Amino acid sequence: MTTTVPDAQAPEAVFDAALAADERIEPRDWMPDAYRATLVRQIAQHAHSEIIGMQPEANWITRAPSLRRKAILMAKVQDEAGHGLYLYSAAETLGTGREELLDKLHSGRQRYSSIFNYPTLTWADVGAIGWLVDGAAITNQVPLCRCSYGPYARAMIRICKEESFHQRQGYELLLALSRGTEAQHAMAQDAVNRWWWPSLMMFGPPDDASAHSAQSMAWKIKRHSNDELRQRFVDICVPQAESLGLTLPDPDLRWNEQRGHHDFGAIDWDEFHEVLRGNGPCNEQRIERRRRAHEEGAWVREAAAAYAAKHDGHHGTHDKHAEHTEHDNHGKPEEAAA
Amino acid sequence: MPAALALGDDALVLSHRLGEWAGNAPVLEEEVALANIALDLLGQARALLSLAGDEDELAFLREERAFRNVQLVEQPNGDFAHTIARQLYFSAYQQLLYGQLASGEGPFAPLAAKAVKEVAYHLDHAEHWTLRLGDGTPESHARMQRALDALWRYTGELFEPVEGVSADWPALQDGWSAYVTDVLRRAGLTLPEGPREGAWTAGAGRQGIHTEPFGRMLAEMQHLHRSHPGASW
Repeated sequence: MTTTVPDAQAPEAVFDAALAADERIEPRDWMPDAYRATLVRQIAQHAHSEIIGMQPEANWITRAPSLRRKAILMAKVQDEAGHGLYLYSAAETLGTGREELLDKLHSGRQRYSSIFNYPTLTWADVGAIGWLVDGAAITNQVPLCRCSYGPYARAMIRICKEESFHQRQGYELLLALSRGTEAQHAMAQDAVNRWWWPSLMMFGPPDDASAHSAQSMAWKIKRHSNDELRQRFVDICVPQAESLGLTLPDPDLRWNEQRGHHDFGAIDWDEFHEVLRGNGPCNEQRIERRRRAHEEGAWVREAAAAYAAKHDGHHGTHDKHAEHTEHDNHGKPEEAAA
Repeated sequence: MPAALALGDDALVLSHRLGEWAGNAPVLEEEVALANIALDLLGQARALLSLAGDEDELAFLREERAFRNVQLVEQPNGDFAHTIARQLYFSAYQQLLYGQLASGEGPFAPLAAKAVKEVAYHLDHAEHWTLRLGDGTPESHARMQRALDALWRYTGELFEPVEGVSADWPALQDGWSAYVTDVLRRAGLTLPEGPREGAWTAGAGRQGIHTEPFGRMLAEMQHLHRSHPGASW
């Protein structure tokens, strides 16, 4: 309890002072319950997005049109699983567990990014995801590298490096298509047409309708508003689309000299809310596949736990492990062959 | 270069099968591990196929009868135990073979020297899962045994000499048997019985005779590339 702590050292005051000084909050520091809950929600949602986000791209691993592209795509999907692992670890520092979070994902009590409820219909979608979806993610995530919660900020630094790499690869994939045959160019344009608006929705609802924004900004979890980041993203994408030789599907998109920004058309927020409500094109299929992988893998996880209990969980003096280490040195094929 | 095709096709096809696991693994760590192994194998395949010609032409424009991989690597993933059994059998073979090639002076020596380090990791992964599944729960034990039994008939082919690969094939077979026997014993599993040789197994994949699931796998793998003749990606 805090009764013996002098007023100036009250945990709320320490927390507020740390935020004011732009210091990081660490797992063992006191933090308001609502700050903790917000972070768990956001980091878990972020982790879930990495995991669900593997599906639309994995959909093309077995059909990638060249071995080089196949290797790039496999590496990317592998990175996403790794990002999921970092983020679940970051969430666990807040006193929750990966199992609990996965359970919430599978039962629909926690969300993942709405973008992954759209289908990947052609190979070019893999490029559009890299360029636009990862591009939007990076625009969102770079400020999170300065987020007030230390473990999250550090996870984001590692993740952003890899994401930037993926984004460039996606751009390069689209460039190859855009400069390729007529059919390839058309495939690239079609993918950009389908992914542009959903990518803009990744920044969340407009500022005047964003429930958590003000508090998150006060806590320095968020550093910029949804609309600010969305505008930044549009301004980055317009010249990139031009150099790709592709158009963005927005007749209202034009440079505004006075604002020094691009104006762009209205987002279909009804669609956004429908997708969030579970009525997007792939919501059911994504969760179903995740649930199935988890359920079908239960016996494997149980086997690993049972094995560990038998072999690593020696609580007494009998050292089973030594016995096994000895075994492990035998029968490696290079020795057996010698 | 038929030898490069045989070894390259093994790696290419197994890599493809492992790629099918993406998003379906029993635990996140295995998403990373299986993709990692698939990537290593794809890297080996690209190096080997490039020795034989253009990697993409060879991967995407040959028909089933022209592939030279062993039948073991084209077997469907099945459950996690089948995937692990396939990997144990194949990685043990690959490690012994590449170990020999790396210490020789043939055209595959530099490639084998790099690959043998990757394969040591693959084998360690497969071995530890064989132990966990074999000595885990009654269900995992039964599944692992079933998988080992089901894939056994495809292991004889591994030791059919490949033209242009200068290896001591009998020593390879002995080393492989000794290793597999030891791992299965430690896992509390039984070494499968039954034929490992016969017209439809020994040497068949190397001669372009494959199992039914393989054609379907190739249809999926090659479809996009074949739909855009001459395009570059």
